Amino acid sequence: MSTPTTSLDKGDRNDKGRAREEAAALLADMPLTHGSLPRRAAPLTLLAFVLAGIAAWQTGLLGAAFAGILTAVGYTAVIYLWARRVEGPRGAFDRLVTAVVSSAFALALLPLISVITTVVSNGAARFDADFFNNSMLGVVDEGGGAHHALMGTLIITGIAALMSVPVGLMTAIYLIEYGRGRLARWITFFVDVMTGIPSIVAGLFVYALFELFYGPGIRMGFMGSVALSVLMIPVVIRSAEEMLKLVPNELREASYALAVPKWRTILKVVLPTALAGIATGVTLAIARVIGETAPLLITVGITRGDNFDPFNERMATLSVFSYNQYAYAPGHARDLFYERAWSAALTLILIVMTLNLLARLIAKLFAPKTRA
Amino acid sequence: MPPTTTSTRTRGAPQRLGDRVFSGASTGAGVLILVILAGVAAFLVAEAWPALWADSSEIPGGDGIILYIWPVLFGTLLSAFFALVIATPLAVAIALFITHYAPRRIASLLGYLIDLLAAVPSIIFGLWGAFELAPMTVEPTRWLEDNLGFIPLFDGPASPTGRTMLVATIVLAVMILPIATAVIREAFLQTPRLHEEASLALGATRWEMIRMAVLPFGRSSIIGGLMLGLGRALGETMAVAIVLSASRDVVSFNLISSENPSTIAANIALSFPEASGLDVNTLIASGLVLFAVTLLVNMGARAVINRRRDFSGAN
Repeated sequence: MSTPTTSLDKGDRNDKGRAREEAAALLADMPLTHGSLPRRAAPLTLLAFVLAGIAAWQTGLLGAAFAGILTAVGYTAVIYLWARRVEGPRGAFDRLVTAVVSSAFALALLPLISVITTVVSNGAARFDADFFNNSMLGVVDEGGGAHHALMGTLIITGIAALMSVPVGLMTAIYLIEYGRGRLARWITFFVDVMTGIPSIVAGLFVYALFELFYGPGIRMGFMGSVALSVLMIPVVIRSAEEMLKLVPNELREASYALAVPKWRTILKVVLPTALAGIATGVTLAIARVIGETAPLLITVGITRGDNFDPFNERMATLSVFSYNQYAYAPGHARDLFYERAWSAALTLILIVMTLNLLARLIAKLFAPKTRA
Repeated sequence: MPPTTTSTRTRGAPQRLGDRVFSGASTGAGVLILVILAGVAAFLVAEAWPALWADSSEIPGGDGIILYIWPVLFGTLLSAFFALVIATPLAVAIALFITHYAPRRIASLLGYLIDLLAAVPSIIFGLWGAFELAPMTVEPTRWLEDNLGFIPLFDGPASPTGRTMLVATIVLAVMILPIATAVIREAFLQTPRLHEEASLALGATRWEMIRMAVLPFGRSSIIGGLMLGLGRALGETMAVAIVLSASRDVVSFNLISSENPSTIAANIALSFPEASGLDVNTLIASGLVLFAVTLLVNMGARAVINRRRDFSGAN
């Protein structure tokens, strides 16, 4: 490349030189790197504030909630002002947002922690062999248990799962393997809508349906199963659909190339590949409905004694049992009833968490091996 | 259209019996979904019908069906609205934290923790709200009444038990957080990586990158996720039924007193076990209203989310 300066006259060159000097002078004042807080500044400040907050709480100076709020606000203010001095307004605002977003997450964890500790500490009192071996038959205040309710929950949820899984799975297969055109679009949309049906409305629907055949005031376990199915089917469809989508098309095409009919391809190639994911989805769907209270309260009701026949009269379920013990606690033995309510809640949360863990385990252990 | 096209169109491979059975069964299952949903609407209408045309003096309260449903509908909308107000900033912040702030290695674990919130049965949230949260709010609500009492929301008198609309909305907010967060998180994760990197390369700070690349991309998902949460809050039953001390025929914006409007779902759960005759039809009519409201909200939410799916840069 030729240097264009050679063609310039002298005066011009002087102008250029002056401009360059001015620019250099300006640049000399401007640091090449912008200021930044020391590397460990933010975590250490946070640590200091957390320790101060814990100290203030432990010494009884402040309540736990107030100490927590002061810790978060204090840290945010200090780091913002410090960064504003060193890094300028943009960097400071960035740090402010980081602090706010992180505290929001911590804030959301508080109810989870609080719920779990409350349930465990309150439920432990009656979480004993008596609780799991007795029903409430003839119990006025002390003793009694939720054996009948636990069995009822398992029976009703089991029947619900037996009904929902085939329907959900077949619908998912239709949507992925067969569904074309308007019908499939409508079904997809309404499955989404169905996910949002309030559980109490599902209960009302089942009551309205069965009342037509059995007359007013009808209650039975099977009605609860149907109501839970209405809630469970869309969840099963959604998760099964996601899993079937993951099955690579090459597998299907290889099977077709070997002249395997479509239905055998689905049964022998597609489903086994997606099985782990589908099992995970079904487990999560069961976990989702096993704790439902409202539809069971309306359709199944509650009993004091054993009734394990889902087609005959009222049954007890853990969630309704818990609500019943809470809502109808008589004045003279209120705490005994509350203890049973909490123990039922603890049992329920243990079942749900176990199912959640089981789902993760299935997903991990039986996932189809992929080429990494 | 020339007639030849119809005659030359064949069905590809010959249909085997197994194929026909299988495709028929799966199509049937799909149609069953539509039938169930139509059945929900039809049976609710059929059972609500007698209450809709009954003499107004026969309806509980004696003022007719509209005046019976209005206070509980008001309570439903009020509680869901304020739950949404509380949950909105939190859900966006949590989704941002999990997708853009948390260390990559533990991000999915943190997401799982938030999902665990969704797994907790509503009855447990109810017991927790009544026994743990409500007593905690007694002091703060008294303070609110004394110092911010000029705002209608905090008019008071503050409830001595804490079983107020305020606690119900907080519990609802906690319960809708996971679903709203899940949808928003999904959208934030799909933000085109190149947009983010381009923004950072131009010297944007992390927050500026989020404001310019992530939030605009996720806007409709934020709306959709929150509307899904709203649908959940509208229909939530047991938590509200346990937490809220409700009175009949109250229509008030006062969040902290012990005189609260009930919600449709809670009212059904509390009244249904002892109801008979026309009372049942009245309750089912209110359930029909709830069904219609949640259906509208959910369809709106899905429409918003699906529109984004069509136009997003991710595909």
